Amino acid sequence: MSAELKTSQYSAAYAGMKENLPGQSLAWLQALRANAAQQFADSGFPSLRDEEWRYTNVAAIEKKLFVPAADRTEVNAEILAEVQAQLLDGVWAIVLVDGHFSTQLSRLEGLPDGVVVVDMAAALEQHSDSLEAYFAQAVSDTENGFVAFNNAWFSDGVFMHVPANQVLAKPVQILHVATQAGFMANTRHIMALESSAQATVVETFVGCHDSYCSASVTEVFVGQNANLTLYKVQMEGEKAYHFGGTYVKQARDSHFQHHNFAFGALLARSDVHTDLEMAAECDLNGLCVGSKRQHIDNHTRINHLQPYASSRELYKNVLDQRARAVFQGRVWVAEQAQKTDSDMHNRNLLLSADAEVDTKPQLEIYADDVKCAHGVTVGQLDEKSIFYLQSRCMDTDSARNMLTFAFANEMVDKVKLKNLHDKVLQQLLLRFPQAGIQQDWL
Amino acid sequence: MLSIENLHVSVGDKPILKGLNLQINAGEVHAIMGPNGAGKSTLSHVLSGKAGYTVTAGSAIYQGKDLLAMEPEMRAREGVFLAFQYPVEIPGVSNIYLLKAALNAMRKHNDLPEVDAMDFLALVKDKVKLLEMDDKFLYRSVKEGFSGGEKKRNEILQAAILEPSLCILDETDSGLDIDALKVVASGLNSLRDPERAFLMITHYQRLLDYVTPDIVHVLADGQIVKTGGAELALELEAKGYQWLEEQAA
Repeated sequence: MSAELKTSQYSAAYAGMKENLPGQSLAWLQALRANAAQQFADSGFPSLRDEEWRYTNVAAIEKKLFVPAADRTEVNAEILAEVQAQLLDGVWAIVLVDGHFSTQLSRLEGLPDGVVVVDMAAALEQHSDSLEAYFAQAVSDTENGFVAFNNAWFSDGVFMHVPANQVLAKPVQILHVATQAGFMANTRHIMALESSAQATVVETFVGCHDSYCSASVTEVFVGQNANLTLYKVQMEGEKAYHFGGTYVKQARDSHFQHHNFAFGALLARSDVHTDLEMAAECDLNGLCVGSKRQHIDNHTRINHLQPYASSRELYKNVLDQRARAVFQGRVWVAEQAQKTDSDMHNRNLLLSADAEVDTKPQLEIYADDVKCAHGVTVGQLDEKSIFYLQSRCMDTDSARNMLTFAFANEMVDKVKLKNLHDKVLQQLLLRFPQAGIQQDWL
Repeated sequence: MLSIENLHVSVGDKPILKGLNLQINAGEVHAIMGPNGAGKSTLSHVLSGKAGYTVTAGSAIYQGKDLLAMEPEMRAREGVFLAFQYPVEIPGVSNIYLLKAALNAMRKHNDLPEVDAMDFLALVKDKVKLLEMDDKFLYRSVKEGFSGGEKKRNEILQAAILEPSLCILDETDSGLDIDALKVVASGLNSLRDPERAFLMITHYQRLLDYVTPDIVHVLADGQIVKTGGAELALELEAKGYQWLEEQAA
């Protein structure tokens, strides 16, 4: 069967649900959705022919038909337990169940005046003017089929707006929970920080053991001198398909830190793009731990548009069994972006002969006075380190286990939120039981 | 404690140690000095079991056992400790975790139960003070971002925790400023014990001003060419190694 037929299958199946989507009364949104639907009808989901997708085959999504889930007003005890296990203490939490906001599970009391953290459906009613100014400004439908599909048919999401000079005292957690087989959660988010505002956001993705699809597109606007730290912890179910796109626009002197943890899903693709204005700084960190037949693809793009911006990037993959990871990192430096300071690294640890990584760092530089470095390593553990641990009484198996754990844990150590750090560490310990490492000693 | 006889070691086809003899008894502090390329580091590596060295002749008997036949971790568990010239960095593992894992591996070998968490913390904090280190040091990743002096102090901290019988120091003093050297030296002096021996490999005489050796050996071209008391180190500092090499030739 051809891809086009499959695309039309999605287009047709979703066309009928148009009336159920939020924002019906907004002409600008209706136009945006219609354009996106047309774009999707033309392009379909990405294919291997697309350079940005050549290592990641999403045909399986087209072979199935993941349908939108209905808004469920009630959640059962099992979901409740999962939500409670994942929610962090001391956060404002917004919970999306199968792509729909759950009032019951969310905790948004006590937000400071002027700070908006609200589900997208409500935001389209209450804040449609500001949303119109942000929508599709950081990413366009032509980016890829997932973005177009998302714009056309997103069911809900989160709108966050932090006014100038406001420093959020607590993090905001966005918890995505998928509970049903065969469904697609398709959510759309806008995060905007005005000048000198500061916030921390945690995106958590969890789901059931059945096959489902979770797709999330986020546009982020970090205002002048503002500071956003965004954590993404992807722990989807083992048969899940995950697409997550984060598209960031950073104004002058702004800071953006991203920590991207990929633990779950059968097939996961994560895109992080950021545009840096004058003297903006970004720090992109990623850790993927894959096993079995997992396929995890991380794509980053850093555009240095103006002078004096700096970017730091470190992505690590630890792959066992038949897992496969892809890293494509691109740093682009505009002609006027003099004094750019950029450093991008991808490190890979392959624990089995069948594990595979495709890594492709790219630098594209049009300015002449810049400092840009990049590096890739693919390999096994360092023999010197193994000997060092042996000389500290450890046998080679223990030494290897400890070093493998350490390789991954370096990224977990970068998590500054204590309770999130512990949760992520727990995930890591679950995946390296052989290291025999106990949380209380780390 | 350690008896090395006629030890010949090659790296690839190149002989490095050419019939080395050395007898170390409990409680003694030995210093091995020598010019670059004499085989000093090779000796420490061979004794600790690093791969890449071929023993072509001779033996090293440690506490009645054939040291060279043992895996590196078995040597460590039996009480042979090597303080590295260039300690490796292990980002992602906190210092205190490594210390505990090492100590427990050693205790298990000696049929002792795992160390109690509170006892361990108390022990470590005690030793940390001894080396004038900051507690924060314990919770940082192993040596990541440590200064040269901190790395070397950390090696001595490990020795203080593991309480080895034979402590081999591979140029522990190299690259230290005088303040760091004094701290390391006082740490080493506090570890001196009638049951414990030291083999200090050094290029410079300076360390020996602070840790006075019982016996000084000169290693040149793969052999011990001269052995004497602490005063030999001073003589070497004054006269260099040239006269010994000529004498040997």
